[in-house]
Amino acid sequence: MIENFDLSLVDWSRAQFALTAMYHWIFVPLTLGMAFIIAIMETIYVKTNDPVWKETTKFWMTLFGINFAIGVATGIILEFEFGTNWSNYSWFVGDIFGAPLAIEGIMAFFMESTFIAVMFFGWNKVSKRFHLISTWLVAVGSSLSALWILVANGWMQNPVGMRFNPDTARNEMDNFWDVLFSPTGVNKFLHTISSSYTLAAVFVIGVSSWYLLKKTNVKFAKKSIVVAAVFGLLSSLFTVLTGDNSAREIVRDQPMKFAAVEGLYDGSEGAGLIALGIMSSSGDENDNMKDFSFKIEIPNMLSYMAYMEADAFVPGVNDIIKGYTDNDGEVHPPAKVKMDMGRKAIAALKAYKLAKKTNDELGQKEAQKELEANFKYFGYGYFNDPYDTVPPISMSFYSFHIMVGLGMYFILLFVLCLVYIYKESLVNKKWFLRLAIWSIPLAYIASECGWIVAEMGRQPWVIQDLMPTLAAVSNIDVMSVKITFFLFLFVFTGLLIAEIRIMLKQIKVGPNHGGN
Amino acid sequence: MFENLSHLALQQYWWVIDSLLGSILVFLMFVQGGQTLIYRIGKSELERTMVINALGRKWEFTFTTLVTFGGAMFASFPLFYSTSFGGAYWVWMAILFCFIIQAVAYEFRSKPNNVWGAKTFEAFLFINGLLGTILIGTAVATFFNGAEFFVNDWNQSRWANPYGGLEAVLNWHNLALGLTVFFLARVLGSLYFMNSIDDDNIFSRSKKQLLISGIPFLLVFLAFTIRLLLMDGFAVDQETGIVSMETYKYLHNFLAMPLIAVFFLLGVVGVLFGVVKSYLLKKYTKGIWFTGGGTVLVVFSLFILAGFNNTSFYPSLADLQSSLTIQNASSSHYTLTAMSYVSLMVPFVMTYIVWTWRAINNKKIDAEEINAEDHLY
Ligand code: HDD
Ligand code: HEM
Ligand code: HEM
Repeated sequence: MIENFDLSLVDWSRAQFALTAMYHWIFVPLTLGMAFIIAIMETIYVKTNDPVWKETTKFWMTLFGINFAIGVATGIILEFEFGTNWSNYSWFVGDIFGAPLAIEGIMAFFMESTFIAVMFFGWNKVSKRFHLISTWLVAVGSSLSALWILVANGWMQNPVGMRFNPDTARNEMDNFWDVLFSPTGVNKFLHTISSSYTLAAVFVIGVSSWYLLKKTNVKFAKKSIVVAAVFGLLSSLFTVLTGDNSAREIVRDQPMKFAAVEGLYDGSEGAGLIALGIMSSSGDENDNMKDFSFKIEIPNMLSYMAYMEADAFVPGVNDIIKGYTDNDGEVHPPAKVKMDMGRKAIAALKAYKLAKKTNDELGQKEAQKELEANFKYFGYGYFNDPYDTVPPISMSFYSFHIMVGLGMYFILLFVLCLVYIYKESLVNKKWFLRLAIWSIPLAYIASECGWIVAEMGRQPWVIQDLMPTLAAVSNIDVMSVKITFFLFLFVFTGLLIAEIRIMLKQIKVGPNHGGN
Repeated sequence: MFENLSHLALQQYWWVIDSLLGSILVFLMFVQGGQTLIYRIGKSELERTMVINALGRKWEFTFTTLVTFGGAMFASFPLFYSTSFGGAYWVWMAILFCFIIQAVAYEFRSKPNNVWGAKTFEAFLFINGLLGTILIGTAVATFFNGAEFFVNDWNQSRWANPYGGLEAVLNWHNLALGLTVFFLARVLGSLYFMNSIDDDNIFSRSKKQLLISGIPFLLVFLAFTIRLLLMDGFAVDQETGIVSMETYKYLHNFLAMPLIAVFFLLGVVGVLFGVVKSYLLKKYTKGIWFTGGGTVLVVFSLFILAGFNNTSFYPSLADLQSSLTIQNASSSHYTLTAMSYVSLMVPFVMTYIVWTWRAINNKKIDAEEINAEDHLY
């Protein structure tokens, strides 16, 4: 095993992964949502035969294509980064984690790339019906690709359906269906796609509002807004619902993450929900655990949200460190005990390997027993200080609250939009149109914040309780990672600038002038 | 069905699938080869646009096949994935960068206000075609020539030198395969243009390329193959799993697997037949199918040669016993079984790909279509 951890290597590898993943995520949600919006528009076109709908479909398709290309460019790197930067991780879980990635390629990516060709080049070559079906398949394909990658991610947050094999020193899958239908994965999938649909709806409304402000392409813009607002309202309601489910899921499987995102240091029965809060330095030596200098708290709300009971016990960071008993009566040992068990598990694995080398069968059996008894907390064996198992709190707290706040805001936005459409006063509501344009960046912020919650909130784990991030990295030198970090920063930023400029130009050109 | 197969049978099944994906990938690299010929074949702006659009409608398949190949390797031979990617860091990063810049190039190139200019995106395509093919070929050659890594008894790996895999290009035999792939891709690219673009100038310039790239291809390919047949290889003892050097190992593998030898020869004949016929006949456009099919057979045979018949497919030069075989690098029986069920989807996927291609490619690209098309690369 790795004896000395190079912390700067871990940090740079994390920085690189975060950078590339967050870049990828700038493009993916728009792809996911826009694909459906386009499919709906084309369906209306096929039903009504109205050429304005065809033009509308084609216009959004052009923006879709620009965005899609760069989504693909940033995606390939992620697929291989698990190997290049997290190779110890890749072996430790490869038996489970590789499968969804491969299935994603076979099932989803080919579907997308095949039918995208029809979507863009098939207008005059295939029948209307075939074209429409292709457009829908692109939409389904993109959401399928989200499914598999999120199954993989869900498994990291809540590892199920597997067993540790000491001979190979890795986790091996023993139930595919448990992995696929893990509640964590399912929630994650539903929340992620619905939030992405929301983002795309905000995007379409924002861009269309610009035309309404400029008073060009009014007919087209109004049609687009109607589709997007209905689609967006449904999606955003579903986003809140599934987000709420995700939170309840986390209470059970990642209580530390939950405590962090809620800013809950000391848990209690009938815990209050901090709706708004500002953290400032606590002055004591643990700078991660900042105090609130201001907060608005809704009494009992947190307990209710977490357990559907107003006076249920919600553990805070300190409770989890000290150990607690949850509402179902399950005892969660203190972090110190987990750390001891983790160390025993690691030692047992070493003993097992040694016994195997010397053909000591009895020793092997005993070591395996010891390993199995303590494996649940294997990852804790890498830590010395219980507070090392606490994620960055203020980051998690703020990201979570920004996301949730914006989630509520988008619902309001869609409702207002529909009301004004109904009253036929949208075109005169200049303030609303401006607000809609400025909501586009907000949607991206909400979406990125969601991932910061999910990924930073689970620190220091790559795989909850089993493998800490610091044990997951490849054994390479920091310098290499630093160089590639800056290469990515440079290349992706260059491409992003080009993408934004091209998008803006296409929007200026508008829908009447074909794709180019 | 699959659960009753032995672990070894599943490992072999998956090596075959990965080999198939790898060989289809090399065939599809006609896109990369074509990208290095944009200026050779397209002399006017219109011709270049035709060439780029012909390639642009196919690049996604090559790309997706590469991604799927990576995913399938991860799922079926995770120890290879973690060892090679985590160790040969710079080689893989270089390959990935080549593909990152390709993915945006088509969509952005002809768009107004694209900041960096059409020339930059054309340069991206060229770099992708040049380095992408050479590096992938070189990386695959390490299946025969080995790489410098250690694997400990927790199966964690470490590279033995600070060059992150780039040292592989110093071995001429590795480089020979890299260049073989590069020139082959150019030949395939030319055949693809002859097949899919209806334009006399493009046709005749592509035809010329068949020789210009075909002759160097033949030379490096022969050098690679002859050396392969004469060299020592990495043999694995079936009982103990101990790896040792065996003289004429790959020649022995051919002899032990005559079917693979036949595939290999048929493949070579197919590649040459497609090129020669296309060159000699006046208006022949179907060469790509022979050369492409031949390419698949040859690459497939090489993969099988590397992995089957008790051979280490990813040998370690730093520590012979760290070498990877399809047995010690694979996923568990359960995972391979589950994945095998998934693999049953592959024929279905291939069918709809072929079917949709037919539907949108029934007519060749010509100047008229390019002028009328509203989604242009
Ligand atoms: C437009 C984007 C957006 C909006 C408005 C929301 N979310 Fe979200 N959220 C995401 C976009 C997102 C995401 C990017 O899709 C994440 C990241 C990881 C994931 O599974 O979904 C996410 C994660 C995420 C998580 C963490 C899941 C995990 O750690 O595994 C929780 C608990 C919530 N969300 C809860 C909510 C709630 C209660 C919302 C109520 C309004 C909400 N989100 C709105
Ligand atoms: C595309 C959307 C995603 C975004 C924006 C995102 C964001 C992040 C961020 C911000 C980090 C850094 C956390 C930290 O180090 O403190 C991170 C780490 C990581 N994420 Fe994600 N993530 C995404 C999707 C995924 C998915 C789908 C997976 C797995 C299937 C994944 C796996 C990882 C891994 C392995 C790390 C590195 C280890 C770690 O630092 O925890 N991410 N991600
Ligand atoms: C960190 C883990 C991730 C990896 C390894 C990854 C991998 C990839 C790859 C390789 C591609 C290019 C596919 C192609 O060849 O066409 C891609 C594109 C895509 N990915 Fe990701 N991805 C990750 C995160 C995510 C997440 C979290 C989602 C969705 C929830 C997602 C959804 C998509 C979609 C819809 C596409 C196709 C459309 C587009 O590129 O914009 N990915 N991804």
